[in-house]
Amino acid sequence: MPQISQIAATYASQIFWLLITFGLLYFGIGKLMVPRVQGVMDLRESKIAQDLASAESARIAADTTEAAWNADMDAARAAAQAEVAAAKARATAAAEAQLRSADADLAERVAHHDVAVANAKAAAMVNVQTIATEAAQELVQRLAGVTVPTEAANEAVRRQLNHG
Amino acid sequence: MAAEGGKIDPMHQFLIEPVLGQRWIVGGYDVSFTNSALWMVITLVVLWLFMLGGMKRELVPGRWQAAVEGFTGFVQNMLTSNVGPEGKRFVPYVFSLFMFILFANILGLMPVGIVPGWHPFTVTSHLTVTGVLAIISFSIVLIVGFGRHGFHFFSLFVPHGTPALMVPLIFVVELMSFLVRPFSLGLRLFVAMTAGHILLKVLAAFVINGINLGPGYAVLITVPSFVLMLGITLLELLVAAIQAYVFALLTSVYLNDAVNLH
Repeated sequence: MPQISQIAATYASQIFWLLITFGLLYFGIGKLMVPRVQGVMDLRESKIAQDLASAESARIAADTTEAAWNADMDAARAAAQAEVAAAKARATAAAEAQLRSADADLAERVAHHDVAVANAKAAAMVNVQTIATEAAQELVQRLAGVTVPTEAANEAVRRQLNHG
Repeated sequence: MAAEGGKIDPMHQFLIEPVLGQRWIVGGYDVSFTNSALWMVITLVVLWLFMLGGMKRELVPGRWQAAVEGFTGFVQNMLTSNVGPEGKRFVPYVFSLFMFILFANILGLMPVGIVPGWHPFTVTSHLTVTGVLAIISFSIVLIVGFGRHGFHFFSLFVPHGTPALMVPLIFVVELMSFLVRPFSLGLRLFVAMTAGHILLKVLAAFVINGINLGPGYAVLITVPSFVLMLGITLLELLVAAIQAYVFALLTSVYLNDAVNLH
């Protein structure tokens, strides 16, 4: 086995070259290159963490915006409903008032007409009485040849009318 | 593979020899640029190219960058889950360790032998290399442990709730198990790599020798050996990754002891 039989002759060379190559490896690659690779890895990790954090904050901002928008919409809807209800109430009140004034107007006009009708009726009744009185006077004169005073005839007609 | 008179030596792959046949002796020590050193350099270059592909630093990673970040994140997770948030400090070291062992293991399994004149060599199949890596890990554990806790670090060897009578015995047992750690760490990787490569070479020798013995033997020996070799190769790729993982995981577990004292 050369590893053991040759060891006395080759150990110095092996150790010498191993220390040189491993030294170059440690200081050139281990100490210079590896920290840079680690730096890139750390950078990437922190970048990913940062991006995730900003995405999370953007999500939260979107949520609050949506909530604010919802609240705004609810308020606007409530205001619109209130306005509609108020308009409806106002319209109802106006219609009732108009109706009431029309009723009153009509009642007044009907009352006027009633009075006119009553007056006309009374006038007509007076006319009827006058006609009846004159007719009665004429009838009495023709039948009995008696001239009855107008007051008496009038009185008799009124009595007869009232007894009806 | 050295074919010497029809015999194939499965150990030849572990032989260390200077690449250009030149030996450099510095201060009495032989520091020749061997095939082992060559494969260490190849491992370093391949790993450097791999890391270079992941340095685009884009926010949305491409495939290559995602692979590099996957390995980095894997080591980082292993340390944070074993040591806690303080484990991040050790990411450069454990990452270097894990990737060096992983790339060396996998490069040793690559079929570069099909290129004439090239032979794959597994750096981590040598006890010297795995031993040095284990000693580095163990030294870091000791430095961090004594640096943070001073002599209080020895309380690591006395678990909570030990009866006073048992303290000396438990202390010795725990100390032994602690001191064995670098050996188990280094030996495990060395043995796993060596055994896997010997098995592959033995099966490869069966395939070659079966063909050389004639068509009957080829059907009887070569075909089953070759099928088995395919399976073992896949298994060895898994072992390459698992051994690198085990080395890094145990290092982070030991670092946890040093940082948090149980």
